[in-house]
Amino acid sequence: MADTIEEKPKLTRQDFSASHPRWCPGCGDFSILNTMQRVFADMGFTKEEVAVVSGIGCSSRFPYYVESYGFHTIHGRAPTVATGVKVANPDLSVWVVTGDGDGLSIGGNHTIHALRRNIDVTILLFNNRIYGLTKGQYSPTSEVGTKAKSTPMGSVESPIDPLRLALSANATFVARTLDTDPKHMAKVFKAAGEHKGTSFVEIMQNCVIFNDKVFDPVTNRKTKLDTMLYLEEGQPLIFGKDSNKGIFMKDSMPKVVSIEENGFSEEDILVHNTSSSHKSLHYMLADMKYPDFPTPIGVLKCDESQTTYNDAVTAQVKEAQEAKGTGDLQALLRGPDSWEVKEGDLG
Amino acid sequence: MLEEDDDQILEELESVVILFAGDSGDGMQTVGELFTDTCAHSGFNMSTLPDYPAEIRAPAGTIAGVSGFQVHLGSAPVLSGGDAAEVLIAMNPAALNANLDRVVPGGMIVVNIGAFTDENIRMAEFESNPLDDEVLNERFEIVKVNLNELTKHALADMDLKMKDKMRCKNFFALGFMFWVYHQPLTDTLNFLEKKWGKKRPQLVEANAKALRGGHNYGETYEGARNRYQIAKTQVKPGVYRKISGNQAIAYGLVAASQACARPLTYPSYPITPATSILETLAALKHFNVKTIQAEDEIAAAGIALGASWAGDLAVTGTSGPGMCLKSEFLGLAVITELPMVICNVQRAGPSTGLPTKVEQADLLQAIYGRHGECPLPVVSCSTPGDGYYAAIEAVRIAIKYKTPVILLSDAYVANGSEPWRVPSVEDLPDLRVEEAEEPKDGEKYLPYKRDPETLARKLAFPGQKGNEHRIGGLEKNESGAISYSPDNHEEMVNLRAKKIQGIAKSYEPIKINGKAKGKVLVLGWGGTYGAITAAMNNLIAEGYPVASVHIHHLFPLPLDLKDILNSYDKVLIPELNSGQLNMMIRAEYLIDTISYPKVKGQPFTVTEITTKVLELLN
Repeated sequence: MADTIEEKPKLTRQDFSASHPRWCPGCGDFSILNTMQRVFADMGFTKEEVAVVSGIGCSSRFPYYVESYGFHTIHGRAPTVATGVKVANPDLSVWVVTGDGDGLSIGGNHTIHALRRNIDVTILLFNNRIYGLTKGQYSPTSEVGTKAKSTPMGSVESPIDPLRLALSANATFVARTLDTDPKHMAKVFKAAGEHKGTSFVEIMQNCVIFNDKVFDPVTNRKTKLDTMLYLEEGQPLIFGKDSNKGIFMKDSMPKVVSIEENGFSEEDILVHNTSSSHKSLHYMLADMKYPDFPTPIGVLKCDESQTTYNDAVTAQVKEAQEAKGTGDLQALLRGPDSWEVKEGDLG
Repeated sequence: MLEEDDDQILEELESVVILFAGDSGDGMQTVGELFTDTCAHSGFNMSTLPDYPAEIRAPAGTIAGVSGFQVHLGSAPVLSGGDAAEVLIAMNPAALNANLDRVVPGGMIVVNIGAFTDENIRMAEFESNPLDDEVLNERFEIVKVNLNELTKHALADMDLKMKDKMRCKNFFALGFMFWVYHQPLTDTLNFLEKKWGKKRPQLVEANAKALRGGHNYGETYEGARNRYQIAKTQVKPGVYRKISGNQAIAYGLVAASQACARPLTYPSYPITPATSILETLAALKHFNVKTIQAEDEIAAAGIALGASWAGDLAVTGTSGPGMCLKSEFLGLAVITELPMVICNVQRAGPSTGLPTKVEQADLLQAIYGRHGECPLPVVSCSTPGDGYYAAIEAVRIAIKYKTPVILLSDAYVANGSEPWRVPSVEDLPDLRVEEAEEPKDGEKYLPYKRDPETLARKLAFPGQKGNEHRIGGLEKNESGAISYSPDNHEEMVNLRAKKIQGIAKSYEPIKINGKAKGKVLVLGWGGTYGAITAAMNNLIAEGYPVASVHIHHLFPLPLDLKDILNSYDKVLIPELNSGQLNMMIRAEYLIDTISYPKVKGQPFTVTEITTKVLELLN
């Protein structure tokens, strides 16, 4: 189906719209859904080429709202089902929609293993730092001290960092975006969808009911230029309303400096490299967080040099067939050590 | 059985049960398999019963570390691994102590006296050297062979470390047994060449020398023992091979994949005793087989379900504890009505239990062990070779009725092997089914629209133009839309149940072993087939009014079963569990069946079944 791209009908966002979403009014998921539908159209997909697989949670209702093939599975297991789908039909564009509880708590294991295998699917992790569908318990990404229904005195658990986890699992594409910036989301989703290998995207998503404004200190429109660092490949790590602040390395530690002050110029600022073989840059970016640092937004890592899992699986089948031919079942059943009993033979 | 015959005339036996036993590092499984291969090649009927410890290398010299391999050779079809052994090869005192009560009185025990040191005797929990025990010497025919010394002599001119030389003593013992049973060394020599010929030719030479040494030792053995040969009878003509249960399941899946024209995807997580299905299939990629070693049991089920949705034949395999982990996915497979097969090679539980031993205690779990109203078909295999046919049947049901199917095997069937009449691929059933076609103008694909006959839905695989749809764990109506309607839920629950019940109409009729009416019927399922059938064949031949029936479909039960059960005064149900099928049969048919449970991690013996049936006749 891939070689007739020119003849394919050009679809619009609306073509990918299925039933009306049932999320709370004001939920960040609406904006993510709209953006995704638009990206599917922009990427030139037809409806049958897309498979959206989800687990359980608010975000996981997603497949029902996308007019494509969709599978709403069970809690935490979407990466496994998506792996099966992609291995069985590598021509599909497979998208996993998951949340912080689904993908990092109950399904943490599958997230790790999808990433290390580098199966060619895109994992969108909606991080709202709360369990919404069960009505407000703390999640594995909730900050220490989070007061939720199951932690009336505040959470005593240290949170997991989604990007740090993805990098540790050797993910080949790691990015972060936010629900209130559709343009940025679209850019990141498209890059993730085009990446060959597992793409992992954390979306800072607001739960208007149970965890409203949890990311506000970082994503607030009024202050975000000073609290977020927009990553651009090959560009210096510069941020700030006046683009006058940057990341400088001193004694192997990142440090925020003002450009044109204390002798710092743009040349002193660290340059972003998504494909750097030096993984420390990506880890450093994942560890930078507001308020000590601006929170990095965009693609942290993109390594196109790795073979995808589905390609490797397909290649082994092909290699085996080239070496042995396409399986003779009768010969297999007979095996190398058979013997024949004839009529009248005593066995 | 043993008559002295100094002229070494070959004495003819109808059958013999031989048990090789030693430390788990002594290579007993290897020589047991090789002995069996040679005998199978010579055209004997046989059945094997490997019995090994859970630990790869339990402490050497202890009873816990004893590994055994029993082979039952016979002229007539051999249906079980054999009751008691007529011959025991004990490589050390622990192997002797662990297996003494498995040897028939008067049986031959070949002991490696080289291993009977004070230390080993103590570790084997004997109070004194058992070889000095008069009772023992009177009760059994003890053949004392110093395998350590003899192997050392046989390999005297080899430039090998003493430790490596000692590793060859299992082949010395094997050579001796080949002499006793008048079997050729060719197969074993070929095996050695194939295994080490390229990489370690020295090992080929050493083991071959030990093997020949053992054989020559027989020729010169001062005790001038009898030699035996097994009588031969006519078996059904055809091409035969040796096959184990897990191998047969793997081959059945490959055959079924061709028969339904869908590539096989087999994701699985290693677990005893199911792992060799994964290993066997991993070597068959040229049959368009994709194997995936998943990160856990749950992932294996999830990958399978995803592959099934996308159009592959999806199968996963595990054992009891893994079934628990997969069961949430079975709920999803049931509500989304997607085909998949889950092989459960049962072992003794609960929990890790006796992980290398046999039990049939996952039957109720297979049938009832899920959340919600969640019926799914359960089939089982009764012998190693039957694994092939059971796998094809499981796939047939899964693909035709759009349902997960559990295939129950067990450690005895999985590890045991038997001669198998190689089926012709021409006889493969056509398992292809029609799925959804691309819609014509104005048509809309309804995911849960059912075939009026089978009640099965038609699948539309992702990638197919125009049939885009969403499925998932939430209850749906016919059109595939989420529905919270109370009436719709009840209707869907009932429809799913009715669909599964209807599968029973597609079964072959039950075969009765014996007359259609009588005093006692033995009802069995799974790996107890051999022991039950052997016992019943004897009793029927002796004229007792008894019969046996072995069912392969555990859920839904065959439609003709009730009438059959009602045709006998008493129904006995032997099972390697605490009476699970018995409970189901009583609940289903209100028949006062008699349970015969056994939960020792060991299969039934023919004698046990025979004794129990005779008890019921009196």
